Order: sequence, then structure tokens, then C-alpha cells
Amino acid sequence: MSKLWLIIKREYLTRVRKRTFIVATFLTPIAFALLFAMVGLIFSYEDDVALKIAVFDEIPALNISEGSSKNIRYIYPNDSFETVRNNFDKSGYDGILVIPKMENISSNKHTVYYYTDEQMSLEVKVNIESKLSASIREFKIDSFGLNKKELESLKTRVSIDPQPINADSADTSSMAGVIAAAIGGSMGLIMYMTVFIYGMMVMRSVMEEKVSRIVEVMISSVKPFQLMMGKIIGVGAVGLTQVAIWVVLIPIFAVIVNFIFGVDAGSMDNLPGAMGDPNLGGLEEMDMNVGLIMQELAAQKWWLIIPLFIIYFLGGYFLYASLFAAVGSAMSDDMGEGQALTIPITIPVLIAFYIMIVAVRAPNSTLAVWSSIFPLFSPIVMPARLAFDPPAWQIALSIISLIGTAVFFVWLSARIYRVGILMYGKKISFREIGKWMFMRA
Amino acid sequence: MSILKLVDVRKTYGDHVAVNDVSFEMPRGCVFGLLGPNGAGKTSLIRIITTITRADQGQVFLDGEPLNNLHPTQIGYMPEERGLYKKMRVGEHLLYLAQLKGMTLHEAKQQSKYWFEKFDIVDWWEKRIEELSKGMQQKIQFIATVIHQPKLLILDEPFSGLDPINTRLIKNEIDELHHKGVSIIFSTHRMEQVEEVCEHIVLINQGQNVLEGTVVDVKNQFKENIFEVNFEGALPDNIENYGKLVLQKGNTIRIKLENVDSNIFLKHLLDNEVTIHSFNEILPSLNEIFIKQVNEPHLVST
Repeated sequence: MSKLWLIIKREYLTRVRKRTFIVATFLTPIAFALLFAMVGLIFSYEDDVALKIAVFDEIPALNISEGSSKNIRYIYPNDSFETVRNNFDKSGYDGILVIPKMENISSNKHTVYYYTDEQMSLEVKVNIESKLSASIREFKIDSFGLNKKELESLKTRVSIDPQPINADSADTSSMAGVIAAAIGGSMGLIMYMTVFIYGMMVMRSVMEEKVSRIVEVMISSVKPFQLMMGKIIGVGAVGLTQVAIWVVLIPIFAVIVNFIFGVDAGSMDNLPGAMGDPNLGGLEEMDMNVGLIMQELAAQKWWLIIPLFIIYFLGGYFLYASLFAAVGSAMSDDMGEGQALTIPITIPVLIAFYIMIVAVRAPNSTLAVWSSIFPLFSPIVMPARLAFDPPAWQIALSIISLIGTAVFFVWLSARIYRVGILMYGKKISFREIGKWMFMRA
Repeated sequence: MSILKLVDVRKTYGDHVAVNDVSFEMPRGCVFGLLGPNGAGKTSLIRIITTITRADQGQVFLDGEPLNNLHPTQIGYMPEERGLYKKMRVGEHLLYLAQLKGMTLHEAKQQSKYWFEKFDIVDWWEKRIEELSKGMQQKIQFIATVIHQPKLLILDEPFSGLDPINTRLIKNEIDELHHKGVSIIFSTHRMEQVEEVCEHIVLINQGQNVLEGTVVDVKNQFKENIFEVNFEGALPDNIENYGKLVLQKGNTIRIKLENVDSNIFLKHLLDNEVTIHSFNEILPSLNEIFIKQVNEPHLVST
């Protein structure tokens, strides 16, 4: 036991003290935060050249100049259209907007003309279209003599509030599905990345020990099983440390960076999707959603989700890391040749990842349910379903089969490992590895 | 009681018999040569003794006890294929290996200090292994092998890759440990080193123990009664009656005596007024015995 502890300590400390670890652990959140900030900045970026547009308006009482903004100013010039047009270069205008008379006021189509010597930017086009559409609407309402209030009430926003069928089920809000999907997706993604990053780390480290020949010195003092488990646990602890630091640091850095760059969530409204229909009142809805999101997040059964997530994390990590260790022990100095051996491990992980994506959208589909019980997929798929409140029997069955399989794979990998680490200069095939499983130590 | 005793030890890998019913005893406190050509099964045998692998059949006794999981702390093993963690610092690496051998941190620190002062390498403590030359790494490797004061030391090709200065340094340390009573197994196929260092040998070939005994006994067992005479004067004519002349070169002859005691032959020479400068028995070198045993195992009759 104390030897195992010594090995874990060494595996953990040598990695955590490495400069690359410190750099990766602290730079990654900064990089993420900067990325978020950059994205925010890019989307909040408006044309910094103020445009002056001369407007010639043949519809009476349509005053578009009210729609002027910091970047685009609509001006009604005193000169005639021809004068402005002929002296365009000197006039100081960037464009001329001509709004012809509406022949038929009931028509829901109207064409206006924009004269310029440059390519019309998307921002100008969107701005003119939305401003004009709003102005013409007002004009039409007035022309038809309609009641504005009645008209507004025609628009109905529908939202669904899911209700529990019996008292036992949780009462959820309309955001529940989205939030659960977000939580599930991120947990599935974390699992997927952890299995790969730290599993590969175990594999590389086993291979290095073999290639550098330290392994024979080591196993004259400790059992191969202790060495393998020490490494898997040590690297796993490194992974937990790193993920924990990220979970704390990424939000903190994100806040700091946002503060520095002055980017707020509102700027995301400028995303192309929110731009389309200004009448929808995207901002208002957004504000309401933030409240709902917080409420939904708080309503999650974290006391259940977090321990289960840790169980799946450990189960999945031990299952795959032990397989990676076995493959690492079979590798020779030639890394490229050994890479082929990892394929049978990476394929189930990849499949699980894609099933996870589907499971987030349809958490109770047959595929999602059975994949979250099948032990090779469950560490990635089940965390994605946890927020959707899967039935207890599924969780129980899934955990039992995961733990059973993990123990079996650790045992199996240990059998391969103890032979593999002492086997030099042999070209390794799966058949060969199969033989090792049945070899006596 | 012998420090190490093997009884009918057998180990197979698939169809390949790596160790084929090997038995021998190693006297306590001796330097014991484990010899054999490449692939003879030396490493397989050592791995069994160091509990890295287990024998399929047979028994191994260390200090009279059947081999168990506590024994590795009493054995120091320097494998032929050896390495260290390149990124670790010299000091922490030694402490790590020493603690894995069951020492407390305190003992480990004391012992490493002793060895660092002995080898005059105190300023290496904070260096990384990868900063050391190969020879320097071998020194660290040696310290790591002996730091826990093992009863039994197993050195597999300990001098491979060492320059003459470090070879002598390590050889002196081996001598010193030997005088302190440590039993040492010395595995090699370099025969000149064996003659220099070992008192007792066992020769393994194709997984089998083909020869065993003290170096003197083994040499005597294979001696061919050849004597070298360095003389002055004229040799008697009937010298061929005593044996076959193998070599005659100036004032030196070698003769393989047949059914004659060497004293009688010497007396015969003296009676014939030959001046004798030297009269030696020529014993076969271990190298010759080794080659003979490995190449013509069927000719062995002991």
C-alpha cells in the first residue's frame, strides 16, 4: 500500500510541477476567456465610419431621419436630387436614398433606390430596410386610421410551461430542456476529453518507462500491478486537479476579461440571428431568460448529479486508462507502429461521443437509454442524460455494469501490462497481446 | 547455509523453455558468476530470483526461506537494460527508489548522503538525470542498487558502457561490498572479468545448468595436464615417452603429460641436467571452457 502511495505521489508531483502543466493549466482559462472576449468584441464591432445618407422621400409624413444612429445619419438635403447626384463627390454624402411614392398603400412590397459609389455594406442595407419597414408601418397605420393598441395585441408570444403529470415528478419551466441539454452536453464533452487526454498521457508514460528501461529497475522493487495502478491513479489525480482549476478559473477569467474589454452579454444581440426582426424584442426576452436560466440551474439536483458524475468520471477513466496502459506496455520505441494499437480504444470513445450528442437531443430514445447502460459508452453518454432525470434503475444498472467492466479491464490490462513491459524488440500484434493475457507471470 | 538455493527451477514462455530445471547453490558471501551466452536464460533466471516473474516449477530459497514478496527489499538488482526517469532530479530519484525498497525517508537520506560523499558527487543532488552523462548515470544506478544495503546483489553486465575509470571505481565498490559480506551475483558473458572477480560460477546454456563450481575446481576439471617448461640446456631425447609435445619455441616447451605425474617428469628433466627457469601447469581459461561448453555440449563428461 505504501509503495502504491509512493508511486502515486511521484506520478502526480512530477507532472504537476512540470512547467508545461502549469502553463497549460493557467493559460488555457486565459486563452478561453480571451477567446470569449474576442468573439464578443468582434460581434459588437460596428462600422466606425459614420455614414451620411441623403434622403429624397416622396412619401409624405415619412420621417426617416428619426432613425439616425451613431453610425448612419439620414439627412434631408435642401438641394434637389439632381444637384446632389451631380456633385456627389463634393457633397460629403456617402449615399443617396430615394424613396418613391407608394402607388398602392395596401401593397406589402415597396422598392427604394440607393445610389452610391461604393459597394453597399450589409450593415447599411439591414439598417435602411429595418428603419424603412418600421417607418412605413407607422405611415400605413396612420393612413388606414387603425388603432395602434389593438394592432399590437394581435401579436402573441406563446411559451410552454411543462407540468408534471403527478406530484412526484419535478415541476420544470420551459427552459428545463435546454438547460438539461447544456449541462448534459458539457458533462459529456468533459468526459470525452478527459478519457482521451489523460488516457493518452498514461499510455505515453508507460511507453516511456519501457523505452527508457527504468521499468525493470522498478519492478524489481514493486509489483507490475502496483506500478500500473500508481500511474493510472496519479495521472487521474492530475486530471482532476486540472479540471478543478479550470472549473474555477474559466468563469473568473471570463468575468475579468469582460470587465477589461467592456463586453457585455447584450452585445451578443448583434449576432446575425438577432438582427433579422427588430419587432421581436430580442433583448427583453434575453433578460427574462437569464433569470430563468439561473432558476433552472439552481433547480437541478446537483446533490445527485455531481456524485454520479464523479462515479462515471472515475469508472470511465479507469476503464479506458487501463486499456491505454496495456497498449502502452505493448508499444516499442517506434511510436508510429504502436499508434495502430490504440484504434480499438479510440473507436468506442468516438462512437460514444456521437451518441452523446444525439442523447442530449433525445435523452429517452432507445439508443440513448441502452448506450448509457453499455459500459464502454456509459461514462460519456450517461452524464449527458443525468440532467434529464433518468429512471433510477437505469442509473443503477449502468453503474453496476460500468464498475464491473472497469474492474475486469483493469485486471485484464494488468495481465497484458506485466508481460508487455518486459518484452523488447518484438513486433506486436493483437494475437500476441491475446497470448499475453493467458500467460503465467 | 547458502544465501541462495535453486531447486529444479523451470520457466517456459509459450513453447519456449527459458529455464530448464536449473538447480544450484550459492555460498554466502561469495562473488558468484552467472555465465552463459546471449539467450541462454540468464535474464529469465534473474527475473525469477528478483521475484519479477515466478517460476512455473521448482523452488527458490533466499537465506533458507522460500522466495516471498518481502525479499525484494533484501535484493539489489542492476539490470542489463537499465534506465532512470530522465526528468527527475538525482536526489529525489534516489530517495524514491530507496523508499520503494522499504527504507524510510530518513534512512534513505542518510544513505544517499553517504554514497554521494563517497563518490564525491554532492553537487549533483539537484541536477536532472538527463543532464548527466551516461557514465554519471551509471554511478547513480549503482548507488540505487546498493543503497538499501541488500544481502544479495545481482549485477547484470555491470560494466557495459562504462569507461575504464568508472569500471575500476565500480569494481572497487564491488570488492568492498564483498569484504563486508554481501553476496554478489555477477552475470556476464565477458570471461576475463569473471576470472578477475568471481570465486564461484555456474554456466547456463539453453536454459540448462551445464557447469558449476568454484573457479579453481572448474579449471582443474577441464585441465588437460599441459605443462610449460622454460629451460636452458639440451632436452633429453626420450621426452616424448612422457607425453606429447604441443609446442616448442626456443627455450620453451609445452607438453601434454600422459599417465605421468608432473614431479616424475620434472625429476627426469633435472636428472638430465636441464636448467629449469620455470615449470607451470597450464590451466584452461574460463573463456576456453565457456566456448567449448557452449559449442560442444554433447562432449561434456564430468
